[in-house]
Amino acid sequence: MTTPLLQVKNLRIEFPTRRGTLVAVDDISFDIAPGEVLGVVGESGAGKSLTGAAVIGLLEPPGRIASGEILLNGRRIDNLPFEEMRKIRGREIGAIFQDPLTSLNPLYTVGRQITETIETHLNVSKAEARERAIKLLMETGIPAAEKRIDHYPHQFSGGMRQRVVISLALAAQPKLIIADEPTTALDVSIQAQIITLLKKLCRDHGTSIMLVTHDMGVIAETADRVAVMYAGRIAEIGPVSEVIHHPQHPYTVGLMGAIPNVGDDVERLTQIDGAMPRLTAIPSGCAFNPRCTRVSDVPGDRCTTERPSLLPAGKTQAACWLHDKNRTSAAGVSKETSHV
Amino acid sequence: MLAFIIQRLLQSIVVMIAVGFIAFSLFNFVGDPVSLMLPPEATAADRDEVRKSLGLDEPFYVQFAKFAGNAVQGNFGISLRLGRPVSQLLIERLPATLELSMIAASLALLIGIPMGVYTALKRDSWISKLILTISLVGVSLPSFLIGIFLILIFAVWLGWLPSFGRGDTVKLGFWTTGFLTFSGLKALILPSITLGLFQMTLILRLVRSEMLEVLRTDYIKFARARGLTNNAVHFGHALKNTLVPVITIAGLQLGGIIAFAIITETVFQWPGMGLLFIQAVQFADIPVMAAYLCLIGFIFVLINLIVDMLYYAVDPRLRAERSGGGH
Amino acid sequence: MQDTMKRFFDGDVWWSFKRNPLVIAAAITALICVLGAAFAPWLAPHNPFDLKTINLLDAFTPPSWVANGKSQFLLGTDDQGRDVLSTIMHGSRITLLVGICAVMLSMMIGITLGLISGYIGGKLDAFIMRVADIQLSFPAILIALLIDGVARVVVGKEYHDQIAVYVLIFAIAASGWVQYARTVRGSTLVERNKEYVQAARVIGRSPLAIMFSHVLPNVTGPVLVLATLHVGTAILTEATLSFLGVGVPPTQPSLGTLIRIGNDFLFSGEWWITVFPGIALVVLVLSINLLGDWLRDALNPKLR
Repeated sequence: MTTPLLQVKNLRIEFPTRRGTLVAVDDISFDIAPGEVLGVVGESGAGKSLTGAAVIGLLEPPGRIASGEILLNGRRIDNLPFEEMRKIRGREIGAIFQDPLTSLNPLYTVGRQITETIETHLNVSKAEARERAIKLLMETGIPAAEKRIDHYPHQFSGGMRQRVVISLALAAQPKLIIADEPTTALDVSIQAQIITLLKKLCRDHGTSIMLVTHDMGVIAETADRVAVMYAGRIAEIGPVSEVIHHPQHPYTVGLMGAIPNVGDDVERLTQIDGAMPRLTAIPSGCAFNPRCTRVSDVPGDRCTTERPSLLPAGKTQAACWLHDKNRTSAAGVSKETSHV
Repeated sequence: MLAFIIQRLLQSIVVMIAVGFIAFSLFNFVGDPVSLMLPPEATAADRDEVRKSLGLDEPFYVQFAKFAGNAVQGNFGISLRLGRPVSQLLIERLPATLELSMIAASLALLIGIPMGVYTALKRDSWISKLILTISLVGVSLPSFLIGIFLILIFAVWLGWLPSFGRGDTVKLGFWTTGFLTFSGLKALILPSITLGLFQMTLILRLVRSEMLEVLRTDYIKFARARGLTNNAVHFGHALKNTLVPVITIAGLQLGGIIAFAIITETVFQWPGMGLLFIQAVQFADIPVMAAYLCLIGFIFVLINLIVDMLYYAVDPRLRAERSGGGH
Repeated sequence: MQDTMKRFFDGDVWWSFKRNPLVIAAAITALICVLGAAFAPWLAPHNPFDLKTINLLDAFTPPSWVANGKSQFLLGTDDQGRDVLSTIMHGSRITLLVGICAVMLSMMIGITLGLISGYIGGKLDAFIMRVADIQLSFPAILIALLIDGVARVVVGKEYHDQIAVYVLIFAIAASGWVQYARTVRGSTLVERNKEYVQAARVIGRSPLAIMFSHVLPNVTGPVLVLATLHVGTAILTEATLSFLGVGVPPTQPSLGTLIRIGNDFLFSGEWWITVFPGIALVVLVLSINLLGDWLRDALNPKLR
């Protein structure tokens, strides 16, 4: 059993505000194995981007890691001094953000930005750095790389820019990339290209990806495993095909049910009633319980009083009392019950 | 690139014409232009000649053309107050104002920019808070008051520095400089601080706010995510991106120094163009007012042009608008 | 109304205000200055304009805490025997009057031009914006100086004294309208493309009127900040012009005029005639600037 590349244990992210402390990410734990793509999916505000920011150490104040641990190759990185963490950023953990236009400094050539990253982390000559930069650009599918390397960001189109961003993220050969909505700002036609590119490169370099997105389609295409986040907690986590075809958490069931099938002929799309709670008003017990139709299937009022931890459910894990083998009588949840 | 220059030049010429027009209206319609151009002892024949040369019987646009022609040659007539040709007066006073302005501008830039950067990077240090408080006071102080307080402390109470005049100056060709004498340099200190302080405060706050904006951008976040050192992020990326818009604004503000010199020169009785202009306004000395206006207009247009060029040279986005293109 | 008040006191702006002792101090100071100035004729210990109450023998009295000072003249007297404190209060009145009126006029001009420019677009818009750009490249004080100077010449010296205050207000207003115009124009451009404007045309309502009622809420915040800071600048501009001798007429001295008068006596040692009006001016503008700065940060959603 290989050591996971990344281990997140009981991570809790808080925001002190004048109205009190808001808990944006509440005690989540997950692992990422080397070379694996973990999708992190959820609605806006579920805490996915914050988790990514915390892993790479760029959580913006007043947000802070209140408790928990983040380990990279068995070594704790959440409490490192600034300079130590800086060395890890880019070299061990890289990041890609949503908007390629604003991610690049408009005043420097693309080449300069790549070689700067290479030279910061790797001990190579300027000429060698430039060679590597050109190779990277070629790998990410930028034509005429030797010429384009001296172009400025505004001279590239949206899709090309994101390729440049990917080159930049891979420049110092990190082992893990946090990709925060990498395709959301792109045209649909370009999205597919970028996703394929990302997958290919990471396979070639053996890089793991933590792919944060709200787009289930992207997850289905790219990820090996997926974690579904809800209100700062993980609702379900497991292999992608299992979660999609046999969701075990009522929230995930609702999500999958809301995705229309091209072949189906339905009058209305299924939807989950209500909305994700605001951080100031998270229900006690299971955060999903006000919107969940399976509450009645759980004896007593556990759903409203006790917060469920991740319990094994089929081939995945779901944070739902329905799967507590000790107490529940009924069997699990299936996809056929599409209306939650 | 060429198209850009030409477009800017054309704009500048339009502005100059507008300014010239205002000066022209001042000159011709406010007061009697003939007596403005002639010394008091002129004869009727002289007047007729001037009248013809000014083309006062001729249509309006011809008059304007003649005025413009005269203006371009530097002929603005005779000062009502001092009885001497205006152009001569301006040339005499130009070095004083320019020297003062240059020192003030240098002060403003050399102190304003670094302090602005410091207060942006070290937001919470007490030095930053102190600098910001002083800068707020600086923006609330009119420059004439700064001058008065400085005079009070350093000239009246301490007696260290002179409170008026340029000190001894050295004549180099048509230029008179105060840089080469000790008393000249001493005389420069208080006025240039007065003139430069307001600008320095503005530049400081501008650089700070711009840098804070830049530090919040995605590309800075991405730069940090790539593990670049603080120096690289702050001075390699953030600073450069801050200075680009700052150049334009600062450049224009510094152009304003020449106009603000009016106040400083009044407080310190500095024999420059500004003092000349104020005395002209008080006296309704039209030729001087018109001439100063044209000169200042020209200087501003020139500065604007230079600043535009600089911006063009520094920001690649403006340059490559037509060349290359991704897909 | 009560509802709005309640929402205001619950909101972030008031909370930010309460937390900031410096800003509270600034607000109180500004309030004192304004009230002191507004009610000067009733509050001032002396009337500096009533020739009967002025005694030349009292001239050049130093402030009351210095030797030779008299307690009835708290801050001393000037060369004519007028009480400096009273002249400051009356002078602040003129200063504030000019400053506030100039800003209001400037706002009106700027908002109107911005609306028109943004709504009508095309050549008119281009023209107005071009004028704005050109005007921006000249310092405001120069423009104000120019307008004042021209008026002085055109109208003749004696008549000019009577209307000097109005000319001054106009001059300062004319030099500052651009910032309002730009802000309002930006907001107008955004609103103009929205569907309710077309809808308004369809039902026959004037789109301009509707836009006005939609644009205004959006620009109230920024315009308020601009106006507050502008009052500070306007006061400084007026003071500078009066100091230079081309502002208010000598019969209605503002703080700038007082400073100018006092300047002549700096070397003979009667420093208080200039210093106290100077301090009054700085305190006034500083408190306004503090308020404006705080307002800008408090209303900026990005910083919250």
